Amino acid sequence: MSASLNIIGELAYWQQTGIRVGAGLAAVLLIAGTLVYLHLFKLVSFMQSRLGPMEAGPFGSLQLLAEVGKFLQKEDIFPRKADRFVFAAAPFVVLMSTFLLVVVVPGGPDAWFIDTELGIYLAMAVSSISVIGILMAGWGSASKYSMLGGLRATGQLIAYELPLILAVIGVVIQAGTMNMQGIVFAQAEGSIFGWDGIGNPYILTQGVAFLIFMIAMQAELTQAPFDMPIAESELVSGYMTEYSGMRFLLFFIGEFATAGVFSAVAAVLFLGGWYIPGIDPNDNIMNVLGPLVMLVKIVGLTFVVFWARFTFPRFREDQLQKLAWKVLIPLALANIVVTGILKVAF
Amino acid sequence: MSDYLRSYLTVGIFGLVGVALVGVFLGLGRILRPDHPNLAKNEAYESGVEPTGDMWSQANIRYYVFALLFVMFDVEAVFIFPWAARLEAYEVFGLIEMAIFIFILLLGLIYAWRKGVLKWV
Repeated sequence: MSASLNIIGELAYWQQTGIRVGAGLAAVLLIAGTLVYLHLFKLVSFMQSRLGPMEAGPFGSLQLLAEVGKFLQKEDIFPRKADRFVFAAAPFVVLMSTFLLVVVVPGGPDAWFIDTELGIYLAMAVSSISVIGILMAGWGSASKYSMLGGLRATGQLIAYELPLILAVIGVVIQAGTMNMQGIVFAQAEGSIFGWDGIGNPYILTQGVAFLIFMIAMQAELTQAPFDMPIAESELVSGYMTEYSGMRFLLFFIGEFATAGVFSAVAAVLFLGGWYIPGIDPNDNIMNVLGPLVMLVKIVGLTFVVFWARFTFPRFREDQLQKLAWKVLIPLALANIVVTGILKVAF
Repeated sequence: MSDYLRSYLTVGIFGLVGVALVGVFLGLGRILRPDHPNLAKNEAYESGVEPTGDMWSQANIRYYVFALLFVMFDVEAVFIFPWAARLEAYEVFGLIEMAIFIFILLLGLIYAWRKGVLKWV
């Protein structure tokens, strides 16, 4: 891509892919682990005036490994009447969706998994695969709680899929491209009323879209206040009720990994991605600093997600659908029209 | 193979990696975990009482209606994306075309709204 020293570009395809797969595994698993420890273990504990895990490792930092070890030893229970194949396949589909999604997130001028023109379009397409996995889990379990949870999840995920997609279109209009790298460069090279000190992160011009995107993201991740599908006080654990041991943990990993990846997509779209003001975005050093910048932005955005999760009470199903169809979708459509008019006018 | 197709091969490989990762976790668990199924343990969970009736119970038709609405709007988004990426080239012509398109879709939403489809129960 850039004229600078491009180490990855000179390798054979399978070598490049090997490096990318390793980086992708690290991106998904390390970020999921970081989020679970920082937010789920520690953030919520401090919000509730307790310490959280303190025993395993310094400040409980190895608690996560202990948890995985615990779940590995748990019995794998299949409900007697379950549709065994669908029941077993569901976690595969959910985690596959996460890995397909992480592919589009860039980490630097040359540090990308794929660099296609369809970038964000592809991301929006594959992110809905997890709905199928969740519906499979709900159906395959052959339990009334699971069935209800699966249906609620599907109803919610497809309702909030639309505001999510429509919010992205505002950014695509402004950037003039669907390529994730193109969107980063468009923000890095933009200017605010002629001042180009920090580029033009689209959160400034697409503030409405950012708000819609964050709300829809919260719903897509089924985090409270949008946790109707797994409402523990009415549905036990929704579509995950019948899962035990490692299979249950895999849904959990998928949830947090997807939270990280969605935040990464939001960071690219609205916060300028891996760009640091003051450093030429084509500089080779950005391949090292870029991923770190992304990590900071991911942790920052997920902090907001979990802050909301631990603060707001749950929505009712009718309120939830009303918010999506009667508020967010018209608002997102209006945002598209206004952005389009301004784009053509200026 | 062209770079374009190769990037989709990468997407496919990432999908397989996701599947393989789940396989590795479950395979590791298989070595470590006990396996003693019995009839009571394998029963579906229904708050501790014996489950009654058919497990695949009837569900609210609302979900289906919302799914239909979703399909309509999702197809719409597919058409808006390419327009959004090329708006600079189309200028005012594209803007008016898309305004008409979005207006027609909005009519659909308003129709569903007035018909009471968007009201939950």
